[in-house]
Amino acid sequence: MATTEPVVPNRAVTEPLTAFRPLPVGVPLARLAVLCLVLALAPLAFSNAFHYDVAVKIAVNAIVCVGLNLLVGYAGQISLGHAAFFALGAYGTALLPLRLGLPAIPAALLTAAVVGVFAALVARPILKLKGHYLAMATLGLGSIISIVLNREIGLTGGPDGLTVPALVIGGVKVRAIETWYVVVAVGVVVAVYLAENLIHSPSGRALRALHSSEIAASTSGIDVARGKARVFALSAVYASLAGSLFAWAERFVTPADASFLHSVEFLTMIVLGGLGSTYGALVGAGLLTALPQVFAGVAEYKNIAIGLVLILTMVFLPRGIVPTLTGLTARGRRRP
Amino acid sequence: MQDLAQFVASGLTRGAIYALVGAGFAIIYSASNVINFAQGEFVMLGGMVTAYLVVTTGLLPLVLAVPLAVLVTVLVGIALYRFAVAQVEPSRLATIIIITIGSSILIRGVVEVVLGKREFVYPAFTDTGPLHLFGAAIDVQSLWVLGTLVLVAIGLKLFFDHTLFGKAMRATAQSPMAAQLVGIDVRNVLVASFALSAALGALAGALVTPITLTRFDVGLMLGLKGFAATMLGGLGSAYGALAGGLLLGLAEALAGGYISSGYQDAVAFLLILGLLVLRPAGLFGRVKLERV
Repeated sequence: MATTEPVVPNRAVTEPLTAFRPLPVGVPLARLAVLCLVLALAPLAFSNAFHYDVAVKIAVNAIVCVGLNLLVGYAGQISLGHAAFFALGAYGTALLPLRLGLPAIPAALLTAAVVGVFAALVARPILKLKGHYLAMATLGLGSIISIVLNREIGLTGGPDGLTVPALVIGGVKVRAIETWYVVVAVGVVVAVYLAENLIHSPSGRALRALHSSEIAASTSGIDVARGKARVFALSAVYASLAGSLFAWAERFVTPADASFLHSVEFLTMIVLGGLGSTYGALVGAGLLTALPQVFAGVAEYKNIAIGLVLILTMVFLPRGIVPTLTGLTARGRRRP
Repeated sequence: MQDLAQFVASGLTRGAIYALVGAGFAIIYSASNVINFAQGEFVMLGGMVTAYLVVTTGLLPLVLAVPLAVLVTVLVGIALYRFAVAQVEPSRLATIIIITIGSSILIRGVVEVVLGKREFVYPAFTDTGPLHLFGAAIDVQSLWVLGTLVLVAIGLKLFFDHTLFGKAMRATAQSPMAAQLVGIDVRNVLVASFALSAALGALAGALVTPITLTRFDVGLMLGLKGFAATMLGGLGSAYGALAGGLLLGLAEALAGGYISSGYQDAVAFLLILGLLVLRPAGLFGRVKLERV
């Protein structure tokens, strides 16, 4: 009597993370449109190169955060080492043309690919760990990379950092910070689009499932280890590409870009913005990148101010800005 | 042979400091499940406050300055718990990491503004010349560090096994709710765990400053190494952390001496990565089974 049904593999398992499917028309697309509008109108408020520079830094950090949020906010993992992937992207983009004579853009793409493969390889053993153990492992990984960048002076220039050659396209040096603003703004839109795309796909739902319970997720056919490895690699590629953009736009990289504190900064941005919210990651990146510029005049008190801000936001906004705000408006709507 | 003896001596000294920091991590973790990334700042405070009292003001002799520095650090530790850690949900890992790192940046910032950015040092506790053993010249201050470590280990053992409060702390570590049911004030236990690990850190800082000098920003690396030491010994075991710290110090000194001094700092992280992949519960820890 028993009819044997053909075994259909779970789509979440077979589909690549970046499978293209157009974003559903509706709220996700409307949000993206608002983002484009904000990025396009923002220059109206900029009056000098410094403003553009801050905006470029914000956008670069935002790209890292959108990727990191997939790993931390959606898949529920933690990383205290993502600055290392960011720095690898930046150093690869600087060093491959300098030392091997590779053209700049292929160098950046090659770096991102290598970082992605490397992240996927280390992800398997590391992401078996949970909680504090995972935090320690990613912290260790990041620290080792940061130490190598500091010590291999002959290759990287050591603690003094490295001047990055300007990007040349068709014989023209792309130098103006305004141009870079346009490039990184497009980068942010693409990053957000791909991330939202993933979130609204079976793979994204699989990540959320393994966030709430790995055992439940694996019993429903999700390859937990593979899912975690892929999202770790994806977030590392985000960080690496952002690092490449950073290297071109800022023209200078130092091992401090790979430091533990820089990794913590990225983590803080997404927690401040709201874990699990792509737009929260943007808000967090914006606020925390702009903050030190505000305190630039009182550099002496910078550490005190940053420390206080971190403590106070964790105490008063533990869920992050965007989820708190949307929670408020949702409640307002329910109770007219 | 002479080299080896020298490396072992410096490794044990360095390891003793990691051991004290690691024990602090373990004590707080077992009481509250919190990894306190501000642990390294306790070491910095112990050294900086002692230096300020002894050198800058010249007010106090070392015998008084060290206890006072420990006391100041203990107060900072209690404030850290009371005003930061106790204010957030301990199960949110990212929140705990950020709030303790925020606290460590704040502590560093305050010390930077109040005491300045320069390096501080004060004379060794006793000014006899170095001791010669197996051809190695051993700093007498190293003996102070190691002697203190032994005393601390004995003290912790007595405290946890033979005092009511120590037993209450162990009970809370096992199960906070059960501890509360038998009448233990869990909040007091948590405050005490922060105070105790602040004291251990400050002691380490005060002891090691004559050897390594100190600055407002030495806490971060020490904290990370202490975290690695705790992990080596198995998270949550204070004795494991003591052993892990010594081991880490030895490994660093030997690697620094025989392989590459530039990569000395990487040893801790390489060890810990290897260990986490091969034996996730730590050298002395037991694997906890997850219940569904």
